[in-house]
Amino acid sequence: MHKILIVGEHDGKTLNPATAKCVTCATGIADAQISIALFGEDTSAVASQAAALSGVESVLRVDRPENAHPLAAILAPQLVALAADYTHVFGPSTSFGKDLMPRVAGLLGVAQVSDLMAVEGAYRYRRPIYAGNAIVTVESDPSRKLLATVRVASFQAAATGGNASIESKALNVALPTHTRYLGAKSGSTDRPDLQTASRVVSGGRALGSAENFKLLFSLADKLGAAVGASRAAVDAGYAPNEMQVGQTGKIISPEMYMAIGISGAIQHLTGIKDARTIVAINKDGEAPIFEVADVGLVGDLFQIMPELERLIGT
Amino acid sequence: MQKIMVCIKRVVDYNVRVRVKPDASGVMLDGVKMSVNPFDEIALEEALRIKERGANIEVVAVSIGVADAQQQLRTALAMGADRAILVQTDAAVEPLTAAHAFLALAKKETPDLIFLGKQAIDDDANQTGQMLAAIWDRPQATYASKVEISAGKANVTREVDAGLETIEVDLPAVITVDLRLNEPRYVKLPDIMKAKKKPLEVTSLDALGVSAGVHLKVLKTEPPAQRQKGVIVKDVPELVAFLKQKGLI
Ligand SMILES: Cc1cc2nc3c(=O)[nH]c(=O)nc-3n(C[C@H](O)[C@H](O)[C@H](O)COP(=O)(O)OP(=O)(O)OC[C@H]3O[C@@H](n4cnc5c(N)ncnc54)[C@H](O)[C@@H]3O)c2cc1C
Ligand SMILES: Cc1cc2nc3c(=O)[nH]c(=O)nc-3n(C[C@H](O)[C@H](O)[C@H](O)COP(=O)(O)OP(=O)(O)OC[C@H]3O[C@@H](n4cnc5c(N)ncnc54)[C@H](O)[C@@H]3O)c2cc1C
Repeated sequence: MHKILIVGEHDGKTLNPATAKCVTCATGIADAQISIALFGEDTSAVASQAAALSGVESVLRVDRPENAHPLAAILAPQLVALAADYTHVFGPSTSFGKDLMPRVAGLLGVAQVSDLMAVEGAYRYRRPIYAGNAIVTVESDPSRKLLATVRVASFQAAATGGNASIESKALNVALPTHTRYLGAKSGSTDRPDLQTASRVVSGGRALGSAENFKLLFSLADKLGAAVGASRAAVDAGYAPNEMQVGQTGKIISPEMYMAIGISGAIQHLTGIKDARTIVAINKDGEAPIFEVADVGLVGDLFQIMPELERLIGT
Repeated sequence: MQKIMVCIKRVVDYNVRVRVKPDASGVMLDGVKMSVNPFDEIALEEALRIKERGANIEVVAVSIGVADAQQQLRTALAMGADRAILVQTDAAVEPLTAAHAFLALAKKETPDLIFLGKQAIDDDANQTGQMLAAIWDRPQATYASKVEISAGKANVTREVDAGLETIEVDLPAVITVDLRLNEPRYVKLPDIMKAKKKPLEVTSLDALGVSAGVHLKVLKTEPPAQRQKGVIVKDVPELVAFLKQKGLI
């Protein structure tokens, strides 16, 4: 039997869909018994959401004031304490999981599989390297605990309808005071979330300004799509950092990805390889984005976008 | 603040399109251009800017890797690092091993700050800095896009999925850097000449008391699934027709 502990990601109110994707990943392991750990100030609301995920047996709540913000240095020793009874500890490959999990692996003195994309056995997995230009199959030592971050774009969310037990855990763990949360800023909007949206409209350097990015927002609103950006567009200040798609931004898998004025550098493509349909609009017919696009249109985006927006409405 | 350590990894240049060997034993690295991991250049640049703002800070560039990694350390010295240490090994170094080697160096060098890249663009592991912080029992500030140093502390703005987050950490600390922290300087020819005279010490994992354990065995390396080449449409109405037919709009 394999006992798998998944670290749930949440904002105190809503369980991040990445958690349900980790559950699906874990159910790919034979004889898996799955638990979800939740750290927070008050995790009652998210605990019931986690308990409803099908395939989960138990939800472990660790509520204390120090857990109000997910600081890796604070959460890691608590997760180490919880992990004692488990053979595997999984977290999502989001900024939360990527920050936390290696710290836990370090404390435990075990290796971590980053960006786990396919399960081939309880200790055998596939993961991408070189910005997705190669896929390795790795095997870890079954006598040691295995830590992994799960590449969420590779898995569907687990269904609801489950009825896991919910348990509060009081951990007797000393927490460091050397790390303090000061604040957060997000350009969050009421648009769909980039990481979970089924449609994404993304813009590159060619947009030329933050002002022109509004063209993209307007098209996205018409489609009910989230908005993404290339690194060049983010670096130039046309879009905020949380919109960046790619090797060092977000890895996404929408039904439709529309790349507008994006050349298709490997670092960008690695973020969109799992999109069902890729649409490319670029004035250069030789742009590498056309190599991966399911449908391409060569032309000037400033002429194409208004017409596209008009025709989509009809 | 007296000393900053910066980890410099030798990796395949980011412009190279890496290919997998036909026998699935790895990727083809023969004759491929190698460079400093782009994130590590940003890490070094940040250390140099802190040095240039303050008094008497020593910047030490460290690397673990093959003898040729001296080239990347020379680049770091040319950029402005004061001295360099190469932990020379031909072994495949996993992040946990790298973290233990850096810990051994940290114990010797007692830096106030250790800068690393948030990830190396070859293995994309995104682990080493966090593991080092864990075993050093010090704070970590990952994905930094702004670093402000004040007495005994660092204020770090981090790029997270939801936007930006700011944390305060006590020094010594580990900081891993993101792309937008700064733009690294270009190295000028006279600096390359000067760098040749700067000290570059070579040591080994053995000398540091670290063993290159293998926790993860790589069974095979394969190319990713290829996407099929699609169609090119001639105008917007055709594009809209395509999307409608696919049920996407
Ligand atoms: C370590 C590292 C990590 C990176 N991580 C990422 C990442 O996570 N995400 C990412 O996106 N990039 C990343 N990059 C950067 C990447 O290499 C490219 O530089 C970047 O993706 C280019 O963005 P772009 O396509 O918007 O710009 P460009 O490459 O400049 O392309 C602009 C495109 O717009 C087209 N165009 C221009 N005008 C018009 C017009 N009027 N109408 C239509 N088309 C037009 C041009 O033909 C061109 O193809 C990374 C790079 C490094 C080194
Ligand atoms: C089974 C296996 C086989 C391997 N085979 C090979 C091989 O044939 N050839 C080969 O070259 N590598 C090999 N490696 C090493 C591998 O490519 C990575 O170097 C290693 O896993 C660390 O991952 P990363 O560099 O992506 O770490 P990350 O955690 O992504 O690195 C983050 C940061 O840590 C610092 N850092 C990490 N490693 C070093 C270092 N060595 N020196 C200086 N700074 C560093 C850098 O600042 C970097 O930006 C192998 C690894 C494994 C596990």
